[in-house]
Formats: sequence, C-alpha cells, structure tokens
Amino acid sequence: MRYRSFFPRNLFADLERLQREMDLNAGPAASIRGGTRGYPAMNVGSTAQSVEIFAFAPGMDPASLNVQIEKGLLTISGERKVDGVPQGAAAHIDERFSGPFRRVVSLPDDIDANAVSAIYRDGVLRVSVGRKAVAQALRIDIQ
Amino acid sequence: MSENTVKRTESKREEEALLPPVNVHEDANGITLYADLPGVPKEKLDVRVEGDSLIIEGELGLAFPEGMEPSHVEVDIPRYRRVFTLSRELDSQKVAAEYQNGVLKLRIPKAEHAQPRKITVQVG
Repeated sequence: MRYRSFFPRNLFADLERLQREMDLNAGPAASIRGGTRGYPAMNVGSTAQSVEIFAFAPGMDPASLNVQIEKGLLTISGERKVDGVPQGAAAHIDERFSGPFRRVVSLPDDIDANAVSAIYRDGVLRVSVGRKAVAQALRIDIQ
Repeated sequence: MSENTVKRTESKREEEALLPPVNVHEDANGITLYADLPGVPKEKLDVRVEGDSLIIEGELGLAFPEGMEPSHVEVDIPRYRRVFTLSRELDSQKVAAEYQNGVLKLRIPKAEHAQPRKITVQVG
C-alpha cells in the first residue's frame, strides 16, 4: 500500500528532492554511456600503480555483485532488493534504490586485467585495477 | 514524523552533508526507517534523539591509497546527515538500531497510550 498525503510533508524538503531528481536527469549526456550519475554512485581515482573504483552500493550480499573487465571496460552489476512494505503498513517515504543495476567505466589502456582485487566493506565496493609496470614513470638517463 | 528543514539548514551552515535516501514504513505499532549510508563504518555512525528530533549522522571512512588523484567524483562530501521530527506518540526512549553493509534500520515503537484502539462508531 502506498500512502500519499494530501498535504505535502514539507515544501522545502520536497523541492530539494525535486532538484536532486532534476540533477539526476539533467541535460544532454556528455558521456556516450549516458549520464555521469546513476546507481550505484561511483568515485574513480588513480595512482601510479593502480586505478581505484569505489561503487556506493549499500545493503548488498557480496556474492550477488558482478565485477567484470572486458576490452578495457569495467562493468559492475547486480540487483538490489530492499525490504518491502509489510502488509497493513503505510510507506511514507520511498527514496532508496531497488532493482537491477549496471554501470560501466572505461579504464586506461595500461591496466593489467590480471591484477584486480575487489573488496566490499560498509556498503562500498572497491575495485583496484593494477597498471602495467611499463607505464609507471620511466626515468630516462641522459648520456 | 516529518523532516525539519529549519534545523537542517542551520546545521548545513556549519558543515555540508549529503542527504541519505530513506524508506519509512509505519504500521500499527510503530515506524521502521531504513537509511542508506554507504561508506560509513559503524564507529563513525551517530544516531541520537535530541528533544523531539531524530538525528542521523555518519562520516565516510574510506581508505584511499597514498597519492591517489580523483578523476571522477560523485560522492563529493564525506558525511551524511538527516534530521526528522518525531511526533509525540512515538516512544523515543525505545528506538532500536541495526547497522549492516551501509544500511541503517531503525525501529521506533509507538508509546503504550498511542497503540491502536478500535473506536466504535455509534449511530446517533
């Protein structure tokens, strides 16, 4: 049962939510794989030795998370199940993501697909992809 | 239970925080709240009741390798905060909390006197 009040709970909170939803769907996507936002939210960073991807996917069973690297693309997919509304209860707020998801990140050319590790902790999946040693800053001696 | 914008705006001035998404279900005996706080370790999660406000706060505890340069950032503020106003029939003394894999589950029971009672409608 989905309960909707005739009176908005709080105008400013609703406006803020609207703004956030607009941000999510905002504007023409610059990336060929669609918007830069989606579920799960992602942060990407790199060091000289590795590329680090953090995917914010709380409440998952680690076994149900799929991490794949193919042709220089890292794909994170899975399905999130959230506790439904029990019988006889009313849902006042329903903001959490549920359902299947998939996000793709293109990796730099110098990654080593055999040096990948993935850790799931506190609802964040961290994928660490090693870079080939050749690409690590090569110092050239001047004769 | 309603959100308290005034308080949130005030606290925002101190420190910016992300608004965690929540689900709130209410049944006859109380309210169940789920909040997504990915990246917050249990020891950096703070759930408390102040007066009639329920405050949920958490700080990210991600471990970054040394010298990491961010190239794409979607989670750009390292903390979450959300404040709700509890209505009087909720028993704030008996809030039960569970936290696992970045999901907080709160159960706030209704006070004894507010438990459901069937009222007979009389035809007058």
